[in-house]
Amino acid sequence: MTTIAHPALQTGRRILGAPTVGPLIALLLAMAFFSLKSDNFLQGQNLSLVLQQVIVVGVLAIGQTFVILTAGIDLSCGTVMAFGQIVMTKLAVANGVDPLLAITLGILACVAFGLLNGALVTGFKLPAFIVTLGTLNIAFAFTHVYSNDETYSDLPSELLFFGKTFTISGTDVTYGVVVMFVLYAIAWYALTQTAWGKHVYTVGDNLEAGRLMGIKVNRVLLSVYVLAGLTYGVAALLLVGRTELGDPNAGQTTENLDAITAVVLGGTSLFGGRGSVIGTLIGAVVVGVFRNGLTLIGVEVVWQYFVTGLLVILAVAVDQLTHRSRT
Amino acid sequence: MSERQAILEARGLVKRFGQVTALDGADFELYPDEIVAIIGDNGAGKSTLIKALSGALQPDGGELRLDGTRVRFRSPGDARAAGIETVYQDLAVAPSLDIASNIFLGREARRRGPLGLALRLLDKRRMRREAAAHFAELQIAVQSITQPVENLSGGQRQGVAVARAAKWARRLAIMDEPTAALGVRETRQVLDLILRVRDGGLPVIIISHDMPHVFELADRILIMRLGKRVAVVTPQTHTMPEAVAIMTGATKAELEQAMTTEEPKE
Repeated sequence: MTTIAHPALQTGRRILGAPTVGPLIALLLAMAFFSLKSDNFLQGQNLSLVLQQVIVVGVLAIGQTFVILTAGIDLSCGTVMAFGQIVMTKLAVANGVDPLLAITLGILACVAFGLLNGALVTGFKLPAFIVTLGTLNIAFAFTHVYSNDETYSDLPSELLFFGKTFTISGTDVTYGVVVMFVLYAIAWYALTQTAWGKHVYTVGDNLEAGRLMGIKVNRVLLSVYVLAGLTYGVAALLLVGRTELGDPNAGQTTENLDAITAVVLGGTSLFGGRGSVIGTLIGAVVVGVFRNGLTLIGVEVVWQYFVTGLLVILAVAVDQLTHRSRT
Repeated sequence: MSERQAILEARGLVKRFGQVTALDGADFELYPDEIVAIIGDNGAGKSTLIKALSGALQPDGGELRLDGTRVRFRSPGDARAAGIETVYQDLAVAPSLDIASNIFLGREARRRGPLGLALRLLDKRRMRREAAAHFAELQIAVQSITQPVENLSGGQRQGVAVARAAKWARRLAIMDEPTAALGVRETRQVLDLILRVRDGGLPVIIISHDMPHVFELADRILIMRLGKRVAVVTPQTHTMPEAVAIMTGATKAELEQAMTTEEPKE
């Protein structure tokens, strides 16, 4: 059991074993493939478009990473975001609520769902999969009831701010993209540089050990689901900025699976305790590159579902195999 | 021995689970600088006793004294706050975190000043330095204090758990079957480590099924049967077969027979 490998081999293994290397290689391969197939792919404007298409899933995937690191899963992320989006747009458009207050209430609606998820997982010891499958449907119902299946347009400018662009050397960048990167930086800091982050990993890695070491594991779990809800609220605002609509049918088809796909492609283990948000960011970009690239080379939209489905199964298979070799 | 002040003392502990009496008036004492082993057959009550001493469960009767003062532990946190650390047999570590993070798990050190107070920034350098110094003191060999624990051997992992207990225990450490999951060589490493912990001035309570290890490590051996302490022996006054006989409640005749088969020349 105590075989000490050669230092050079160990360094090599550490680099290859670093959780973000696999996703990075996948990203480079995907980009190489699409740049060979389409001349437009590597254009600045197109890459900027990829980023803009990534932000919603990218921000959802931050909250999803927190949850998956604790060995949970959040199936409700897309529909909770859709509900938050309807709350903020309906309040601002139909009810004439001050836009900033409407935004705040929309985000709080998502936080409330996070709190509900966390309370059910910690208080009643229910499996996250079932809890969030339930809240997925509840949020879906709320969205349609609350909106009366209406779409809200002509939004006040405050709700559209994050869809606005500024220019860096001729390439348009939206403020939403900046928000996404800032949120990733904050999430990275919280997970790697604070005790809370260590406790999140411990809860997913060995819950009982964490409890025995005096970590308040339920409080950590609850904070994870609440923060996840907060990221879904921000994602809702970014979605509104992009679509300029409050759409009851938004965010309910691709975003859920794409967020989970981004996390797993990014090397975060569904078994909990292992992974990073940097990996998730790369994973989200991989998903975005596939969706954008497949469109560019003229593949029908249905086949994009097929490819993301394939990608997530592939990533989970890799996760399974490495988990088995670890235990 | 009785004139010395016991560090931890239990009198007449009782614990019932429904109809089953797990502890039936058990006594216990631990003195400074010693290793006390608790042995007993399955169901003799040694796990229950350990859990009562470490705060994992509350006895229905009897009393606990720490340094002569009556104490009541309502949770492992209470016992920990009183300076009692426990090492569990099933490797209570977080495998994906590095060694230093495991040593400081739940007791992380933050930077001084605004970075630590407002931004909750960890002082990783200090934790690594302290963990490395602690490992050097206990002579635990690891390649790097920043290795993930999952890359360590089973013996090294348990070394991390023992080192963590030794670092934070101010009064005593409890080790529940610390070598149960280990191979021969790794067991050796952990036993030597426990002896070094004791020699460093921290008294240790150990539960083990392994008689040769118990007789090698322990200064005193407490034998449990049917929820009671039936004897306290030392490796100098009793042999292993004698201890096993007391443990299993063998009769005197059976014991004598056991002794003669052990030493056929007599």
